[in-house]
Amino acid sequence: MAQYKPAESGDVSRLLAALQGMISAQLRHPQSAAGTLAVAFFLLLALFGPQLAPYPKANDQRHDPRVPPTLDIGAFKLGEHPFGTDRLGRDVYSRVILGAGSIFRIAGLGTLISVLAGSALGLFMGYQGGWVDEVIGRVIDALLAIPALLLALVLVGIIRNLDFEAGSWQAALADNVILLVISLLYIPIVARVARSTTLDIKTREFVEAAEIRGESKFYIIFREILPSVAPSLVVEASLRFSYAIFLVASLGFLGFGARPPSPDWGLMVNENRGGFYQLTPWALEFPALAIAILVIAVNLMSDGIRRAVQKGA
Amino acid sequence: MAVATRSLLDVERLTISYEVNKRWIPAVRDFHLQLRPGQIVGLVGESGSGKSTIALALMHYLSNNGRVERGGQLRFAGEDLLEKSDAEMRRFWAKRIKFVPQNAGAALNPSIKIGPQVLETLRAADGIDGDAAYDSMMRVFHDVRLVDPERVAQRYPHELSGGMQQRVTIAMALISNPELLIMDEPTTGLDVTTEAAILDLVRGLIAERGTGVIYISHNLGVIAQLCERVIVLYAGEIMEEAPVLDLFQAPRHPYTIGLISSVPTPGQSKRAAPLQSIAGNPPALTSMPGGCVFAERCAWAIDICRDKRPPLEELADERAVRCHRWEELSPTLNPSPKVREGLADVKAPLPSSWGKGPGDGGASGETLMQVSDLSKHFPVVRSVREHLARAAPSPIRAVDGVDLHLRAGRTLGLVGESGSGKTTLARLIIGLEERSGGKLELLGMDVRNHVRDRSQDVLSKIQMVFQNPQNSLNPYLSVRQAIRRPLIKLRGFSPADADAEALDLLARVNLRPEYADRYPDELSGGEKQRVAIARAFASDPDLIICDEPVSALDVSVQSAVLNLLAALQDEHGSAYLFISHNLSVVGYLADTIAVMYLGQLVEVGEARELFQAPYHPYSEALVSAIPVADPRHTQERILLSDDLPSAQNLPSGCRFHTRCPRKIGDICEREEPPWRRGDAGHLIRCHIPLEELTSLQSGSIPLPEIE
Repeated sequence: MAQYKPAESGDVSRLLAALQGMISAQLRHPQSAAGTLAVAFFLLLALFGPQLAPYPKANDQRHDPRVPPTLDIGAFKLGEHPFGTDRLGRDVYSRVILGAGSIFRIAGLGTLISVLAGSALGLFMGYQGGWVDEVIGRVIDALLAIPALLLALVLVGIIRNLDFEAGSWQAALADNVILLVISLLYIPIVARVARSTTLDIKTREFVEAAEIRGESKFYIIFREILPSVAPSLVVEASLRFSYAIFLVASLGFLGFGARPPSPDWGLMVNENRGGFYQLTPWALEFPALAIAILVIAVNLMSDGIRRAVQKGA
Repeated sequence: MAVATRSLLDVERLTISYEVNKRWIPAVRDFHLQLRPGQIVGLVGESGSGKSTIALALMHYLSNNGRVERGGQLRFAGEDLLEKSDAEMRRFWAKRIKFVPQNAGAALNPSIKIGPQVLETLRAADGIDGDAAYDSMMRVFHDVRLVDPERVAQRYPHELSGGMQQRVTIAMALISNPELLIMDEPTTGLDVTTEAAILDLVRGLIAERGTGVIYISHNLGVIAQLCERVIVLYAGEIMEEAPVLDLFQAPRHPYTIGLISSVPTPGQSKRAAPLQSIAGNPPALTSMPGGCVFAERCAWAIDICRDKRPPLEELADERAVRCHRWEELSPTLNPSPKVREGLADVKAPLPSSWGKGPGDGGASGETLMQVSDLSKHFPVVRSVREHLARAAPSPIRAVDGVDLHLRAGRTLGLVGESGSGKTTLARLIIGLEERSGGKLELLGMDVRNHVRDRSQDVLSKIQMVFQNPQNSLNPYLSVRQAIRRPLIKLRGFSPADADAEALDLLARVNLRPEYADRYPDELSGGEKQRVAIARAFASDPDLIICDEPVSALDVSVQSAVLNLLAALQDEHGSAYLFISHNLSVVGYLADTIAVMYLGQLVEVGEARELFQAPYHPYSEALVSAIPVADPRHTQERILLSDDLPSAQNLPSGCRFHTRCPRKIGDICEREEPPWRRGDAGHLIRCHIPLEELTSLQSGSIPLPEIE
């Protein structure tokens, strides 16, 4: 069995240098720098939302309903309710800030899980080849043939309607059904990317050199091949993240995501559409704007990452 | 410099810079050149010497991040090209100045048939269309000796072999009767046999048409055989310029001398003398030394060389040299054996086996490896039609019944054109490919098929050095990590012992200890290959398979790696299976040579036997095609047609009969030839008896004398 060696100090400093290069490459392009800054800003909101929001309770209905936004950009003034209040008297500004947390948690965690599992699967398929690759490959193709949103709706619908004993692991799973769905949807996509890069790398002579000294599959996949596949995985991860945000917001909007009264952006848009839009347009517009800005920002950032990675390659 | 009667191209003080990170860095400094119509001038240099940059600048076709510095002059047929706009240049490019690229496959548009592609060139050049155009295309196809030109015109580029593609690009260049032709390594990717044919073609065509040619190559042999004048480039500067005979007979610049004596001539062997090599690497463009650019690697450098940049001094006989010391060195600079010996003293120590004859070395060595009837047939996927007809397509027989015998501590050279199956044979032996049949014995033990099924013991006994140093090291592992892994894995070293041993191995491949913490992207090609060699030797193997280990390296680095391989073999007693398409290189290193053609061996013998009659007709063609780096050496080439038959559809009888210049009749097509046994275990597979071969071939290929 292979003795897996933890990264040595040389590796760490190299990794840091690569990271530094990536950041400086980001900053050289104004669009990707803006995107990265915006993502960082939303990340701050997600991490410190309860501290930053003036009214950190999700369902705080103590204000006057339907107060229009007091935000005055020209005068740099936030006012009492910068984004106004909704029809139930909740501060929209606070709810938008609080909503960042849930979207980052679900989309970010979902992306992380799918990238980790998908890479492992793709690396294994690509290196192994033969019928293993063929069988898993077909299953992946089949999964990808179903529209993502439809599959998500079906899965959420089924799992939500099952009755589980409170406190059991199934119930815990059902509570995190969106996370589960994102992982399930994106694992095949990430696996396909990892597989195709692996197919290219595994014909390199350094992999053959490892084979002729009898290295185990595990060692070859993770020590020899993975580092060369990692750059394309980083790009794919940032792309997946932006799609995941979009998916979470869509599910919320369709009523399949978070349940009221949680401050989910998609849900907020849904709750304030139709007749309520005439009444409190701001309660819909600000969360919608937040979704749009975050998705665009993540896309700009992933563009920058791709450029940096390809330059290095 | 004598003023040429009518100058076609007149280049003075040409300095070319590239913009890198907002700084302009000169890649070529102070280049000059005179070219007459009908003259072939060669530009020789290693990678990074600026030869391709010059080619582009001469056409006024630099990319946006490149520019010619003010003060330079570039006159073509009396016109100043540097003042022309792109639109004006297009007229020159269409008709009067043509370029033949290195990679013909990439230069041709894959989605347009050959005919329309060539005709378009003609339309752009002369506005000719229709039948007249077609006729002149057929004429030029005929001139470049394309077989069956009508059918070639109907094909797509990928349907042609590499040699035929290169003929097409030459035809495209010649069809407009250009005055200037720039050829950038047009034969580098081709087999020797094809290369010889193309060189003959170029020489003939230029003599006929009076085109001026600038021929760029790193291969001194090609330059010696083709060019009238030679310019030697190093790190973007002209080192020496001379008529070809003078350059090769009496080189003046230390770099030229180093280059010429670092190329093995056919028949030269490691037992006679080590190759001379030039230590070190060319300087980086960004950190050019203040003095002579070559000072750092020059054995004769003194203080002035490091401080002051030498001028390009013009000598008598239309020569020029850029060296402070050429005059005082010139009597000693003749590469006579004596000076070579003196040089060798300065460089790496010699292995003790030098000077030993083939008989007193490892001749008594026991059998290390015995390969019998080894074959590899790659199955071909059946098409739908074949499925319906229940027909099985014949497999590709890459290796087809090979017997080999290798003694411990000796080197077996394997030569053949690309497609002959030599790499597949190597991969079968190392176990990266599963054999379809046959037996492989190592030290009397049966060796399992695939590398995964082999025991630790067998794995450590066979190792490999790969062709491409770029890919043979993992870019994310340091040199230390790369070398210590086989020590831990195959020899059971503890990590601490492995670290110490890794440093020791580095020292043995002449790399300083600080290289241990570098990563592959910080190493030059030659250094990478040294690390790969150290890695292969780490498990202390009995057999190392070297698959074209020097073909990707520059000439001056190549010889150092060859010397290193010879020295390490002497030290460790490992045997080599050395694969190369370069016969001189194989001849230099090998004790025994096997010639392979379409999956079979056709000749096996002592290394020196390969270079004298009797030859197998195929070996004869290979040897005659070697471009020898000596312009006095003229030889009758035996030209083979470009087309290697497909390994899926092998010719009957003797596999070589479709291309054999010595075919005797039907028997060659009907019967497989027998192995004929000559002196000292020399084996030739041919229908012609050896005595007859000898008399047919004696004197046909005079080899240069080796001192």
